[in-house]
Amino acid sequence: MYADKVRDILTQHGRLSSPVDQLQDTSDLYNAGLTSLATVGLMLALEEQFNIEFPDNMLSRKTFASIEFIVDAVQKLVDK
Amino acid sequence: MQPLRQQGAATEDFSRLLDRVHEISRDVVMASARDVDRDARFPSEGIGALKELKLLSAYVPSELGGMGLDVVQIAKICEVLGQYDGSVAMIYAMHQIQVACLVHHGLGSSDLRTYLQQLVQQQRLIASATTEVGTGGDLRSSVCAIDIREGRFQLVKKAPVISYGAHADDIMATCRRSVDAPASDQVMVLARKDSYTLEPISGWDTLGFRGTCSSGFVLTASGSAEQVLAIPFAEILSQTMHPYSHIVWGSLWLGIATDAVNHARGFVREEARRNPSIPPTSSLRLAEVSSVLQGMRNNIAVAVTDYRRMLADGQHDVFSGFGFAIRTNNLKLASSTLIVDIVSRALLICGISGYRNDSRFSLCRHLRDAYGAALMVNNDRIMNHNATMLLTQREG
Repeated sequence: MYADKVRDILTQHGRLSSPVDQLQDTSDLYNAGLTSLATVGLMLALEEQFNIEFPDNMLSRKTFASIEFIVDAVQKLVDK
Repeated sequence: MQPLRQQGAATEDFSRLLDRVHEISRDVVMASARDVDRDARFPSEGIGALKELKLLSAYVPSELGGMGLDVVQIAKICEVLGQYDGSVAMIYAMHQIQVACLVHHGLGSSDLRTYLQQLVQQQRLIASATTEVGTGGDLRSSVCAIDIREGRFQLVKKAPVISYGAHADDIMATCRRSVDAPASDQVMVLARKDSYTLEPISGWDTLGFRGTCSSGFVLTASGSAEQVLAIPFAEILSQTMHPYSHIVWGSLWLGIATDAVNHARGFVREEARRNPSIPPTSSLRLAEVSSVLQGMRNNIAVAVTDYRRMLADGQHDVFSGFGFAIRTNNLKLASSTLIVDIVSRALLICGISGYRNDSRFSLCRHLRDAYGAALMVNNDRIMNHNATMLLTQREG
């Protein structure tokens, strides 16, 4: 249920080299041009949108590796 | 990355090795340092002496024939070399960064294992082509792409800087994973001297680190696809190249700063001898700079022992975390700033004797080298990255 909003945020803040609507939920975002620095903007926008806080231990490369992983992380933090 | 079982040399063996490093540095490295600096030429005598001691394969695991030193010991060697000639120390440090990338990430490839054995036998010097014309100094993006067909690769890279490129035996280069990959999706490849050409595009006539001969070249390379490291460059960078670089650079800068303070120490002692009843004013300045130097030394010591522990633990997530990247950047910012501060304080103590090129207290080369530290990966770029990453940190 968060996937659409996550896709919107990715479009705005992901600085990807391929259009987000051409990506599968499981596509590797780093292969699509996501950089570690761009994940910072992504994280801030997700926190604002869903009123959550990413704890330090979730700020790893893996958390932002695909739309699916991001949605999982958001889900986990919203449920908290 | 597997946990690294690099045990390091036993303390006694290592201390004997360090004595030898001091010896060749005094006899060979220091003897040519002035000449190397004046003519901006490659320090072939110094690097030759390091090869004789088999120091180019010091970080290669012992099962492949190397010394199997750990990162703390490699950093110490860089520091010692820095006390004699910043250029030799920088070349050695840069070579070790490439070796570390291969040792940490290349052992899964039989071609690269064989290469490391050749490195031990032939003491091959490895250079690096990471920056590229058109990316504005950003290591994490490439214009050039590797083209892999039927198990062979081809690559053309326009590199504004390849330190000691013309004198290296092999070159590690970064590039896009394939012709249709985005700029940030990079891999790292080992290019062998018998299958690359270098076309010079710029020279190297600089303020300091003149012996590193960091000219620009167009690198045209081909070879076996096995020479491409299997993991993404982003991971090689966060686990190895980024921390290892700032540790070995910081260590050699510490060596330069230490030697400058030693000059100041000698100068103050001579002044004190002339009038033993009253300590010279400069002794106060010496007390001051010695405390700053100790801070620099401790900062590096903490970073390098932390990194050795992290390598032994082998936990990926810790390396890719922003906290580690920020600490590594802070190490670079601090040590590159402190080297200028410390050498300048030493210069004030030695006065005109330090300012002269022809005095035994001369600090001219130290100071010129020192100013390079903030520019090799510009501190403003690093601070910008930290400014962004700090937004994610709630504490620490």
